Amino acid sequence: MTATADAPATARPEIGASRRRKEDQRLLTGRTRWTDNIQLPGMLHVAMVRSPFAHARITNIDTSAAKSAPNVVSVFTGAEVAEEQGTLITAWPVTPEQNTPNHPPIAVDRVAFAGEVVAVVVARSAAEARDAAELVEVDYDELPAVLDLKEAAKDEVLAHPDLGTNKSAFWQLDSAGQGSGGAVDEAIAEARSNGIVIEREYRQQRLVPAFMEPRSVVCDPTGEQITLWTSSQVPHIVRFALAATTGVPESKIRVIAPDVGGGFGGKLQTTPEEWITFLAGRRLGRPVKYTETRSESLMAGHHGRDQWQKLTLAATKEGRVTGLKVDLLADLGSYAAIVGGGVPVLGAWMFNAIYKFDSYQFNVTNLYTNKTWVDAYRGAGRPEATYAIERLMDELAAELGKDPLEVREMNWIKHEEFPFTTVAGMTYDSGNYEAATARAKEMFGYDELKAEQQRRRESNDGIQLGIGVSTFTEMCGLAPSRILGQLNYAAGGWEHADIRMLATGKVEVITGVSPHGQGHETAWSQIVADRLGVPFEDVEVLHGDTQISHRGLDTYGSRSLVVGGEAVVRAADKVIEKARTVAAHMLESSEDDLEFANGRFGVRGTEQGVTIQEVAMASFHAHDLPEGAEPSIDASATFDPDNF
Amino acid sequence: MIPAQFDYVAPATVEEALSALAEAGDEAKVLAGGQSLLPVLRMRLNAPSMVIDLSKIESLRGVRDEGDELAIGAMTTYQTLLDDASVREHLLLLTKATETIADPQIRHRGTVGGALAHADPAGDLGAAALALDASFVVTGSSGSRTVPASEFFSGLFETAIGEDELLTEIRFPKHTGWGAHYEKFVRVSHQWSIVAVAATVKADGGTIQEARIGLTNMGDRPLRATGVEQALVGQPATEDAVRAAAETAAEGTNPPSDLNGDADYRRSIVPVLTRRAVLAAAGA
Amino acid sequence: MTRISVNVDGSSYTDEVEPRMLLVHYLRERLGKVGTVVGCDTSNCGACTVHLDGRSVKSCNVLAVQADGHEVKTIEGLADGDELHPVQKAFRECHALQCGYCTPGMIMQAVDLLQEKPDPSEEEIRHGLEGNLCRCTGYHNIVRAVQMAAGQEVTDVPTFEGSAS
Repeated sequence: MTATADAPATARPEIGASRRRKEDQRLLTGRTRWTDNIQLPGMLHVAMVRSPFAHARITNIDTSAAKSAPNVVSVFTGAEVAEEQGTLITAWPVTPEQNTPNHPPIAVDRVAFAGEVVAVVVARSAAEARDAAELVEVDYDELPAVLDLKEAAKDEVLAHPDLGTNKSAFWQLDSAGQGSGGAVDEAIAEARSNGIVIEREYRQQRLVPAFMEPRSVVCDPTGEQITLWTSSQVPHIVRFALAATTGVPESKIRVIAPDVGGGFGGKLQTTPEEWITFLAGRRLGRPVKYTETRSESLMAGHHGRDQWQKLTLAATKEGRVTGLKVDLLADLGSYAAIVGGGVPVLGAWMFNAIYKFDSYQFNVTNLYTNKTWVDAYRGAGRPEATYAIERLMDELAAELGKDPLEVREMNWIKHEEFPFTTVAGMTYDSGNYEAATARAKEMFGYDELKAEQQRRRESNDGIQLGIGVSTFTEMCGLAPSRILGQLNYAAGGWEHADIRMLATGKVEVITGVSPHGQGHETAWSQIVADRLGVPFEDVEVLHGDTQISHRGLDTYGSRSLVVGGEAVVRAADKVIEKARTVAAHMLESSEDDLEFANGRFGVRGTEQGVTIQEVAMASFHAHDLPEGAEPSIDASATFDPDNF
Repeated sequence: MIPAQFDYVAPATVEEALSALAEAGDEAKVLAGGQSLLPVLRMRLNAPSMVIDLSKIESLRGVRDEGDELAIGAMTTYQTLLDDASVREHLLLLTKATETIADPQIRHRGTVGGALAHADPAGDLGAAALALDASFVVTGSSGSRTVPASEFFSGLFETAIGEDELLTEIRFPKHTGWGAHYEKFVRVSHQWSIVAVAATVKADGGTIQEARIGLTNMGDRPLRATGVEQALVGQPATEDAVRAAAETAAEGTNPPSDLNGDADYRRSIVPVLTRRAVLAAAGA
Repeated sequence: MTRISVNVDGSSYTDEVEPRMLLVHYLRERLGKVGTVVGCDTSNCGACTVHLDGRSVKSCNVLAVQADGHEVKTIEGLADGDELHPVQKAFRECHALQCGYCTPGMIMQAVDLLQEKPDPSEEEIRHGLEGNLCRCTGYHNIVRAVQMAAGQEVTDVPTFEGSAS
């Protein structure tokens, strides 16, 4: 957590006020900019030929019939473009030894999941591309497929025979090893002889993120740069990864995420479909579009979760937890997705949740199978952990015959103990679980419901009452960059903002995060309106275009407000400081005599003052600026938090 | 998401439609409301060379009162049926089953004849038509013939309609004063039935005089639970009596196994759904 | 190719189309009515809902040729100039949208529902919207919006600062 200086006083704070969303007008009237809306002169359409097999060798692909179909411009296979198609990257090899299969956007000689692209058709219309795709003849030699996680752990059938194993990586956090707690095996041994041991195995089933807007990509190679529109949460990362893997200079690539219809983690990927569309545009020198069908989305867009969780909890006879051991098997699916290997690892800091355990060990084995790849989905590793530890707390309460909340309270960090370094090694700066729980109990009518539950049990009522409780703590905004580096994460955790003070007093805020339904345009406007004391309506928030927002790390992992919002605050403060110099000159006063409130620099003890918007105009015409001042009060800030 | 190419005709009369059908042969698909056909075409699960759209044939639309029967044109939409007071009065079961079909948008387009000719075993109208002893008017180049409901459904997506014929009308004997209920078991409201039970009951002073029960998705075609119907005659419309009569609802069925439930699961829930349907139909 | 004439949002259009062209693709690709969107392959999601002769339909489940001689209204034809339709307004007031992708279909279906049932119960609203999916899990507020559009009292929605802009 990072402390922020008190905001300058404003007459009516925007932050905390309920505002109608700026985004809504266009969304309510259909005047939207979804990627699939884009039509460009001479634009061609892409259709994918996908494997029906989970695992197979491609023995032959005959594209001749497709090539001669009406209005087909190009048909190509993975083998034909192997040199130029680039490769898909994983940004988070969780250990230096991680086994990572090569991931060509179009399979070259072998497919590893059903839905993998094996050939690409480009035609004048989407209908003609689809027609021709049906004419591509692919011969497959089916290979044994490994589809079950526990089977995969046995290494008998291999998802990628050339790797020699299904194991991607083993990763461990051990409290004894890192000095944040005791040895878990000792705690378990002690509990076996003189306490309580609870051993359970839970399944976290695979699921599909299922954003409403199917993914769509448009590539326009016309002109000096290649522009890629994509329905993505991560335009900056797509740009970087395209440059890193295709040889096209980053400065020649512009990526735009226009209106994006939901993501839920499912659109933080760098996808084969983006790479293929980029390639098709470059090869043909014409604009091309690919829009997936829902069926393709379900098959080939990354999935979420998919773990087996084996858990051993040790406690005293009274119910104080002395140790927790977590053994996970995590399914990465067929390939290591951009942060696929890291998602299960994120659970390492969350299984201990809000509790004080004496010892802790977290082990995860990431495995490949011949299923759709797996990556972040809503919470990414943390809800999986919450489910497990909260189930265990209920099991412990049942074992003790105690109220589930009482057992939790016995084990959680007390409010007077903050800041508190957990057994996983993370420092929590503040918290008050007693007060939050008391409030929740009151709102829920917990005691009354417990009484009613008791009555129903005693009277053997036909309708029985169950009460479920769960606690949850969340880590938002993966950072700081230094720690991410220690975790082998390829990117940083900072975020960037620019503020442009336009001559007419309007304000443009450029953010490096990339919204897809969150309402950033509204919230960021509120932040800036408060900070600069300008009307909410005068603030325009720009995002999602690497040419406008040149620095950014996009939207995922609950980072936008906590990291991106703080960058906006800091940029605004820099604007105020630059403006202060100009204002002092305009008012023939010293900077020290100025106070800034409600968008106005006033000379203390006088009625004199200028608004920041007047300063913006003075900086624009620049006729009379103080010595050495540049004719601009625009400012930028990049913020890197110092903790999660 | 884009169907394969096909030719298209929208004839104005049944005669023109029949000649188009004769010309195109088994490569043609007849388009009624299209709410089942279009998804199949979009997913390219079927690629007919010709689509014959019946929507311009006005004579196939609407409900006619013909004394003892209501005659419903094959191209009558679900919504028309729901809005029709005579259907509600005389064929309450048909109204009740139709209300559960898919969602409002689908009900605005989908047609009674289209659904019955499509003969999806999970479709909701087959069981109701069977329970109501409907008869199906099938028209070919040599004229019309009438097929009783018991002979109309011949298998999975198969009916007694010949390749060169059209279903033009469905005739329902009036069941005026009969109570009715369609008990549909689904996970999601606009889903196809996992299992459903169509029940219409004639009751007098709390005693069941007659009952007609159709089962949806308990085999490759809609089925009648005749054993239950007989067991209900003369029984009081009480929980216990109906439960006992409904116990045999799965007899003679051959339900499918799929992601929504295996055959045994369907057999185990059908007596429960039958009990609920009969009790609701009897107003108990 | 088949020649069709369709009135869309008050304007008449005549076109040659392939019989296989879906109405939603005709609207989006030929007429640029991109406010109506595609969300699925199976006609489950309802994102493409428009009105055909005054009743709601899923425009992925209608061929363009079937719209020949008929009248289509899309989300783009709902507002009266700058004046939003009451259902559009209510969606804004009740924060009944997040990403906004389901919104056009959801609004068109809600308008149809209110035409048929001007004062619906909550259950009728939920059933009336059963053919439309929202993935941002916004059903609660969507139901509130329909209630507000019906003139019913809605209590658990935010009170906004300032006038609608």
